[in-house]
Amino acid sequence: MRFLFKTDYEDDIRLFPHSGYIYTYGLLLAALLLAPYVLSSYLMSQLVFVCIYATVGVGLMILTGFTGQASLGHAAFLAIGAYTAAYLQQHNVPFPVYFLAAGLLTGVVGALVGFPALRLQGIYLVIATISFAFIVEEILARWESVTHGNEGMRVKTIQLLGTSMSRDGPVFYYLCLAVLVLTIVGTLNLLRSPTGRAFVAIRDSETAARSMGINVALYKVKSFAISAAITGFAGVLFAHKLSFISPEMFTLQLSIEFIIMILIGGTFSLHGAVLGAIFLVMIDPFLTYLKDDMPGVIAGVAATFGAGTERAAHIQDAVAAFASANGLKGAIYGIIIVVFVLFEPLGLYGRWLKIKLFFQLFPLYKRATFKRQKIYVKSERNR
Amino acid sequence: MSYFRAENLSLHFGGLKAVDAVSFAVEKGEILSIIGPNGAGKSSIFNLISRIYPPTSGKIFFEDQDITQQPPYDIAKLGIARTFQNIELFENATVLSNLLVGRHRHSTTRLWQELLFMPSVRASEKLHRRRVEQVIEFLDLEPYRDKLISGLPYGVRKVIELARALCSEPKLILLDEPSSGLNVEETDDMSFWIRDMKSELGITVLMVEHDMTLVNRVSDRVIALNYGRVLAMGSPSEVQHHPDVVAAYLGA
Repeated sequence: MRFLFKTDYEDDIRLFPHSGYIYTYGLLLAALLLAPYVLSSYLMSQLVFVCIYATVGVGLMILTGFTGQASLGHAAFLAIGAYTAAYLQQHNVPFPVYFLAAGLLTGVVGALVGFPALRLQGIYLVIATISFAFIVEEILARWESVTHGNEGMRVKTIQLLGTSMSRDGPVFYYLCLAVLVLTIVGTLNLLRSPTGRAFVAIRDSETAARSMGINVALYKVKSFAISAAITGFAGVLFAHKLSFISPEMFTLQLSIEFIIMILIGGTFSLHGAVLGAIFLVMIDPFLTYLKDDMPGVIAGVAATFGAGTERAAHIQDAVAAFASANGLKGAIYGIIIVVFVLFEPLGLYGRWLKIKLFFQLFPLYKRATFKRQKIYVKSERNR
Repeated sequence: MSYFRAENLSLHFGGLKAVDAVSFAVEKGEILSIIGPNGAGKSSIFNLISRIYPPTSGKIFFEDQDITQQPPYDIAKLGIARTFQNIELFENATVLSNLLVGRHRHSTTRLWQELLFMPSVRASEKLHRRRVEQVIEFLDLEPYRDKLISGLPYGVRKVIELARALCSEPKLILLDEPSSGLNVEETDDMSFWIRDMKSELGITVLMVEHDMTLVNRVSDRVIALNYGRVLAMGSPSEVQHHPDVVAAYLGA
């Protein structure tokens, strides 16, 4: 176990507390930079989605994880980013300009959503953001002169410096990775400055935040704006990766997936956003596997345990019917959320911290280390 | 003119007069205690000053400026800090970041500078950190710097709340029952700190307190309240022996 002896206030400010962090994150970055030369095109494509989802996750983490304002409207912010990019691209605006414009516009919309949200808390805020998402979805479907309605919009490949950037090529992957890394670094910078601390203060006690001189309304709007802007940037990349966008891609289901992402990753750290994104991208191939291979495997197992051919075929059909049932995906998401909230509220990153601590303290690890403390009486009157 | 003044301050919840035409003044550099039975309106006065409730009527002046209509977050910027009766700390943050929030009123950096963590942000962060360290030293909080609040005992949280208020370098500090839930030894520490705040840091103290030993030890003047009205005002012993105060406490 490593002990840090701090000799300078700088030690509390720097992003990497000690050299070990530089090595591990350096190695991770090197591996990610080498990935296009090693991984298959299918895995690369998945990795691009991980980067895009993780960017959204970081944005949502600022709002939900650090400022404590739940949102089920982030699919709408993603849509605004994506459609702005698609629209401006059709009018021959160069990529860097519409990339920034999409982020800015989404940020402004986010701030506008933040204003009515000031008076709402908890479940009411969730309902307000859901309504916002529905409004945006409806506008996208009806405003045909701009969005082409339900026909959707084609998004051409990115043209930059006279070359085109294929959506499956390594350059596009590097772009997504760069956006993710810059977002994470920016967010970490924010978290170690007054604004980030104000966000956390608002999450934990609005009354105390106010009495410490924090303009709660202003910072909530800021949080909404920053979160939306980041999601808008991710939206541009999302549009380019899919090369086709239509309103039914940005439904409530997607917003729920984003929330699941940070819940499962762990809502207290940016690591959670990335781990959650990996989880979210992996779940689709897993469901496909469930659908395609599972029935055969189970039938095979049944056969080895003495079931007749007819009986095995029957089992295979039953499992196949179950695996391709409508709404199975939603049900699995639901179960996953419930299981995580009940048994691992700190998410995947919390589990990782526990495992790390177990080996650091071995053999002295106490199971109660992460047990949630009894919370002292807190005045509800001053809310 | 007094340093801090409340004039005919009232707070009514429907027919209930939580605070009823209370007037008092705090002089610069003094320690003024407000005592009174439960429900006398002591904490309500604090919540009026920090603008958690808007007063039904009356005015509040600080340094000859009318602060009755200021938004809540401006109160701290004027140099009035407070603690809470039931501890309002940021539970899931470290002690250090709790104390740094106390520095919020001194932060001047802009959002884009913070996103890039410009040298100016780094410099101001170091300055804040140094100021926080002075408060940590003042209140003997060295062992807890990097601990999460949610894992700390009640007595320590109480001190951290005081520390957070001190980090904002206030001119006037409002202490809402600083000794509630503390044991004898911790209460002793608290009384030393309150005296030191006055003598070393030059902070004016307005405090609500039930523990009469603490009140007698630190206060320059005492105000007794009951049913939202001022019963008596004066030196600690004068107030304690005032017939109305005795009647209010003993029900005679």
